[in-house]
Amino acid sequence: MALLIQYTLLFASVLLLTALGGCFSERSGVINIGLEGIMVMGALGGALCMKFIPISLGAPVVILATILISVAFGMLFSLLLAVAAINFKADQTITGTAMNMLATAAATVAVKAMNTAMSGGSDVSSEIAYTTARELFMIRIGSFTINWFVLVAGVVLVVSWVVLYKTRFGLRLMACGEHPQAADSVGINVYKMRYAGVLISGALGGLGGIVYITAGVNAWKFENGVAGFGFLALAVMIFGAWQPTKIALAALLFGFFRALGNVYTGFDLLMALNMPSVVYNMLPYIISLVVLAFTSRKSRAPKAEGVPYDKGSR
Amino acid sequence: MKKQKQSLALLRNDGFQTLLASLLCILGGLLVGYLVLLAIEPSGAGGAIKAVMQNFLRYPNHKLQMKYLGQTLVLAAPLLMCALSVLFAYKVGMFNIGAAGQYVAGACACLYAALKWNLPWYLCLLFAMVAGALLGAISGLLKTACNVNVVISGIMLNWIALYMTNLILLQVKNPTSPYTKLIRGTNPGALLPSFGLEKLFNGEQSVTIAIPLAVIMAVVVWVILNKTKFGYELKATGLNYNAAKYCGMRENRNIILTMMIAGALAGMGAALLYLTGIEEWETTISSVPAMGFNGIAVAFLGGLSPIGSILSAFFIQHITSGGGNVDLQFYCAQISSLISSLIIFLCAFVGFFKFYMQEKLRKHDEKVAAAAQTATNEEGGNE
Repeated sequence: MALLIQYTLLFASVLLLTALGGCFSERSGVINIGLEGIMVMGALGGALCMKFIPISLGAPVVILATILISVAFGMLFSLLLAVAAINFKADQTITGTAMNMLATAAATVAVKAMNTAMSGGSDVSSEIAYTTARELFMIRIGSFTINWFVLVAGVVLVVSWVVLYKTRFGLRLMACGEHPQAADSVGINVYKMRYAGVLISGALGGLGGIVYITAGVNAWKFENGVAGFGFLALAVMIFGAWQPTKIALAALLFGFFRALGNVYTGFDLLMALNMPSVVYNMLPYIISLVVLAFTSRKSRAPKAEGVPYDKGSR
Repeated sequence: MKKQKQSLALLRNDGFQTLLASLLCILGGLLVGYLVLLAIEPSGAGGAIKAVMQNFLRYPNHKLQMKYLGQTLVLAAPLLMCALSVLFAYKVGMFNIGAAGQYVAGACACLYAALKWNLPWYLCLLFAMVAGALLGAISGLLKTACNVNVVISGIMLNWIALYMTNLILLQVKNPTSPYTKLIRGTNPGALLPSFGLEKLFNGEQSVTIAIPLAVIMAVVVWVILNKTKFGYELKATGLNYNAAKYCGMRENRNIILTMMIAGALAGMGAALLYLTGIEEWETTISSVPAMGFNGIAVAFLGGLSPIGSILSAFFIQHITSGGGNVDLQFYCAQISSLISSLIIFLCAFVGFFKFYMQEKLRKHDEKVAAAAQTATNEEGGNE
């Protein structure tokens, strides 16, 4: 049971962070299908940091460095979307899809090149191991282990809520996603706000990526990307109606079903059902489809989402 | 003077602009790919990019060249089908990222029909199309009845289809490996016929009617979209949902039908690959096959035209196969997927590129007009 809660919190944190990122981007008016790719890049940055950083620096430094580097990788990668969608008015869906493919391909090529060079050609895998550094992220309370990332996710949730609803910046950001022309007419720089939205999504998506790959395993194969988690996060965001508090609840629900796949063997009742393990693999996706089917009718996306802002148009 | 005018007329042609843009995308993708290779290991980068671009042409022997050209074409056929699936839905205003899942469903259906029920190839092909269409119909229904975004439902269905397929195909698995049984050994009647086509390609066994069939489907899609009332209605629905509705077109039926056709095309793509016996399904794979996603690259690189997609499908498969030939001591085959994803990324800029070109042409026209104006003015002054 403790294990189930532990994993639920972890996977919920991943979804929460990434979905909040998507929320910032879409609230500013840019659809971010590229979240999956951003997660891969963040995960790559974080994993490299965890592999190479000297453990002797101590837990706080390692944790901080990993988080900062993941965030930086995510933000850098999200610039691709920002430049294409905001400056060049490119189709946001195609750009995002290209980013997802690009991230996995680039990460695979990079890690394979690194492994090949470091091993002198004997290791051509796309795997990075980070066993020792991962230990530093755990806080053990009795038999219950909590991950630092879960706490970080909680803080990010509170901060996101405050920023979106209680600051001038957040309110302006949301205005740009609803009616950019109106926002522009009162002196808000729509391009700047959208850049901010996309970069925040890059930062949070990147962080989500490193949390995801360190959640259950000690090494990650980058050929696999992040297994559709970026898209699950998008589903969480839609289900959460683009509002941080509802997103948090949605993330918990989806996180629970994802966690079930990891730990179902520990429950006699579930084992007695004798279902093949792929059923548990499918569960989060099926649940999300069903949930979306019931909730999408009333859902209302930010009005100007996906529409490139053109100063000249009326 | 006259020559200059002609070249400008060519520049004004929309098709030519698309072609130019696609070529620039390819060039950009290859250039960045080359830079990445240089960054990994400068000494072999030239050779590696050459290997990627040469693919089958690297073999000195004409017979071997034809054999590997045949293999490239065999893999290009399903890719073309996936591209057709993507572009068909795109013309109706939907981004069919679910093509990957529809492709998987097609693979599942045709292999199950071939290996479990021992059906002949045409029925296997039909089952694959039906399975793809069913998955597409789910996306379409979710869109029209529940307002679920097609992209999101497509992604979810991709994963569901993948896990379901792994589960179902366990029943026709080779007992000693994670792969499905060989069609050639179990039920040769399910293999697509070749009608002697393989003789053109030095007897390459996997060359079948799949290749001409895919090309025919591209033409069929072109005809449906551009020459029929049905295609016109679909495109109208995509351009303006409400306008189509008020014109009396059945907009919801059109959307579901579009997704079904798109699904059938992707499902047929899978049958065109697996029924050639060139590869088997691996029941332990944990990621959705890249074929459907590469279809997106092909569709956009082909300027969203069925005929253009034929060329771009060949090109993308050409560099993908070529990627397998790089020097594995330093590089990896994924360099090709890096290049093709860069190409799609650049394709997103095509709209901007065309806009920029038209703007330039307009400025040029204005200049010419202004020059003509001053010339007549001066003539007037002389009088």
